[in-house]
Amino acid sequence: MRPDGYARFLNPAVAAVPPSGIRRFFDLASTMKDAISLGVGEPDFKTPYAIRNRAINSLVDGETQYTPNRGLLSLRKEISFYLEHRYGTPYDPEAEILVTVGASEAIDLALRAMLSPGDEVLVPDPSYVSYAPSVVFAGGTPVPVRTMEEHAFRLRPEQLAAAVTPKTKALILPYPNNPTGGIMEREDLEALVPLILANDLMVISDEIYSELIYGGKAHFSFAALPGMAERTLTINGFSKSFAMTGWRVGYVCGPREMISILNKIHQYGIMCAPRMGQVAAEEALRRGRENGYEDVLAMRESYDRRRRLMVDGFRSMGLDCFEPYGAFYVFPSIQSTGMTSEEFCSALLMEQKVAAVPGNAFGESGEGNIRCCYATAIDKLNISLDRIAAFVRTHSGKSA
Amino acid sequence: MTKLESALLDVLKEDCRLPLEKLAVMTGASLEEVAETVESLEKRRVILRYAPVINWDLTDRERVEAMIEVKVTPQRDMGFDAVAARIYRFDEVKSVYLMSGAYDLLVLVEARTLRELAAFVSAKLSTLELVTGTATSFVLKRYKEEGIVFEGEESDQRLVISP
Repeated sequence: MRPDGYARFLNPAVAAVPPSGIRRFFDLASTMKDAISLGVGEPDFKTPYAIRNRAINSLVDGETQYTPNRGLLSLRKEISFYLEHRYGTPYDPEAEILVTVGASEAIDLALRAMLSPGDEVLVPDPSYVSYAPSVVFAGGTPVPVRTMEEHAFRLRPEQLAAAVTPKTKALILPYPNNPTGGIMEREDLEALVPLILANDLMVISDEIYSELIYGGKAHFSFAALPGMAERTLTINGFSKSFAMTGWRVGYVCGPREMISILNKIHQYGIMCAPRMGQVAAEEALRRGRENGYEDVLAMRESYDRRRRLMVDGFRSMGLDCFEPYGAFYVFPSIQSTGMTSEEFCSALLMEQKVAAVPGNAFGESGEGNIRCCYATAIDKLNISLDRIAAFVRTHSGKSA
Repeated sequence: MTKLESALLDVLKEDCRLPLEKLAVMTGASLEEVAETVESLEKRRVILRYAPVINWDLTDRERVEAMIEVKVTPQRDMGFDAVAARIYRFDEVKSVYLMSGAYDLLVLVEARTLRELAAFVSAKLSTLELVTGTATSFVLKRYKEEGIVFEGEESDQRLVISP
């Protein structure tokens, strides 16, 4: 250890980014073996066996080499077919699709390809924890745009207008949203278009939860709006929809000039996404194409039942709980308890052994809420709800 | 089958102890509708019983299971159904299936001891006049039943908290 530390070697901008607010909870929750965790961010389904088996066979057959930088062409063709038929967004598999190491790499590439020092990126708040730090790592400045429960956590043009400046270069659209479960329907997206055009913004649309949408709603892709494909990088992947988190396969689609620059960073930095994951991902899409996405639909139905159970459970406790139409999270407000999100989650974990994630981990606007993932067995969800109800009863009116 | 029936069967298959109120919440149907539908499923014998899946190997109960392939000669005026009925009435018989292929009926038998089971096959099953042959295979270990793996693998390997 150097007596004067490593500051000399560290990029001050990177060193200054605070550690993820989730980290502390992870350390805390990891020590409690018998706690029920509603803090996960991934499906409780395992990757369907037929998909796993395809990867096994691929290894047995010795398919262990690099793939093209942009990913296996056969996979890109499947992605192209999928996006065109599912969301009405056609992309050329040769030039407009890049397979990445999870959607996370795609976000990083998009930001690094676009940002120069001083450039601002609008990030709806609350949102997935990585956007703002990734903007900083890419040399830009993240600008949070508050979304509110009374607007169903949808991004409204007036909020966007208030945050945009001449330095704004891009807008991240993370819908269906983690942690709120909020979605953006076609008319919500259309309402943003005039501002996006007037300020000449690029849109980074992270649609990783696109298949997980409920209540008779359908996912609408921003790039499907007339004229918007040319200013949109659409990011998606296999983790959430196909229960393939550990495979690390995602993709980004957009205008060929943009994709070729993203690919330049990708080819020097990463080379290619793991072949094994790509093979499995291709199988997931091929199967889906042939069986009408029955695995995805079965998982969605199962999530939907649990979603209803959770929303009803929180409302029965007297907590405000916005009805989420996407992803697999509920985001109830705990303000009536008088506790902060962190106080609530810490005490809940200690007293009732239920782990939830404080809403402020996802941005300042998340303060007052907690994120509970319902991708967990029904019996565990019911036990958690009983425990949280007991907790809320014990603490209601104590402070305030 | 209606959408609600299908949803209720899916949920009950996973956990049949859920109260009707929760079933209503989860399926988005009214309590009355759910109660009626479940009752109708029971009456129509779509739902036959609400029973746990038990791993008997973890108990101290003595128990032997066998699968017996049975060849029969169906008689005039007496098809396979009637032969099956002669077999499934024995208390030892847990399940009987009519099969395609080399034999006719697959009979799952359970007894306390090997001796009891052997006695069942030799004294009760083989002596039925319509049974022309049996081949008995004992169950050594059960790995998976009703979609549930009995040992290993299925633990939750997810990180307790992830973004």
